[in-house]
Amino acid sequence: MIVAEQKPLDELRQMLAPYDRLLILGCGTCVTVCFAGGEKEVAVLASALRMAEAIDGRGKAIAELTIHRQCEPEFVAELREKVGDAEAVLSLGCGVGVQAVAEALPGVRVLPGLNTKFMGQTVEPGQWKELCAACGNCVLDLTGGICPIARCSKSLLNGPCGGSEDGRCEIAPDVQCAWQLIYDRLTQLGLVHLMEEIIPAKDWSTARDGGPRRVVREDLAKLSQ
Amino acid sequence: MSFEPKIVAFCCHYCAFAAADLAGVMRLQYPPNVKIIKLPCTGRIDVIHLMRTFEDGADGIYVAGCLEGNCHYMEGNLRAKRRVRYTQQLLDQIGLGGARLEMYNMSSAEGPKFAQVAREFTERIRSLGPSPLKRGREEAEAAGERLEAVGTA
Repeated sequence: MIVAEQKPLDELRQMLAPYDRLLILGCGTCVTVCFAGGEKEVAVLASALRMAEAIDGRGKAIAELTIHRQCEPEFVAELREKVGDAEAVLSLGCGVGVQAVAEALPGVRVLPGLNTKFMGQTVEPGQWKELCAACGNCVLDLTGGICPIARCSKSLLNGPCGGSEDGRCEIAPDVQCAWQLIYDRLTQLGLVHLMEEIIPAKDWSTARDGGPRRVVREDLAKLSQ
Repeated sequence: MSFEPKIVAFCCHYCAFAAADLAGVMRLQYPPNVKIIKLPCTGRIDVIHLMRTFEDGADGIYVAGCLEGNCHYMEGNLRAKRRVRYTQQLLDQIGLGGARLEMYNMSSAEGPKFAQVAREFTERIRSLGPSPLKRGREEAEAAGERLEAVGTA
């Protein structure tokens, strides 16, 4: 899922300074799971902002709303009636959600409340790690299900490098060496011989490096026909 | 008239509330400023409860649970501790002050501790003064900044 973090409160207050009437919009999917922008986080942020503004002798009117998913046009379309007279919408969705909401509400100032970080998995409630870099050409079959693009600091395809020590990456003691993990996993699977096959240099054009991407299913999409 | 703090104490059923009960039975004196809210476990407390309680006018809040390691529900009091800490940081950031929130631990046999905590915390809040929210809201009203709620369907 997409993992994001709330922007620092100071930064949010600066962004919101010109507006007296706000709607804080949460999202019920990824950002709820990573406790950044769900209904609860919307409520806490709204309360914090109300109090912070009141303490400074200003009254901001702040409304709260959370929809199932901000990246779904069907759910976002419902927002047009719900914005009311808010001057700005602070979206606590990921970057996709903010943009979808902004597109659905032309003329309304839509602001990002989160910094979107990565695609990853829950380690434990409160901790998430990056697992997929959306490179567009998955090699997980060759690496026993451990991604060298996302999890190796250098995105090596034929690691490890000389900086791998005790299963740790040289860049930081708490970063695991992905290629150590791959070696261990392939050994466990009886497939360690796969490491002797050289994976050729990656064609990055399928990744973001090749420009903004789009996926079309011609059996499903009407617009492309 | 000197300032009388409004204090809310979230107390767990198994320890802190039992301690409060015992303090009563022992006829121990503690300030009437403290309003007790009973929870099954302090683990029930969430950040939003603390925030809304301050928003609604509390000058100080404390969360009182079982001794660490002795929570009836194993680690509810540890969850509460983390949430209280988080909320203290948030309160510092917004200018209300994390000192207005505290977590205490006690056993159900510690009636005197309950009374002592109530006394000490009340004095702490009395010296901190009323919540800055009150003054801020008065200033906002005076400046004509009262805004109608944002209309959403």
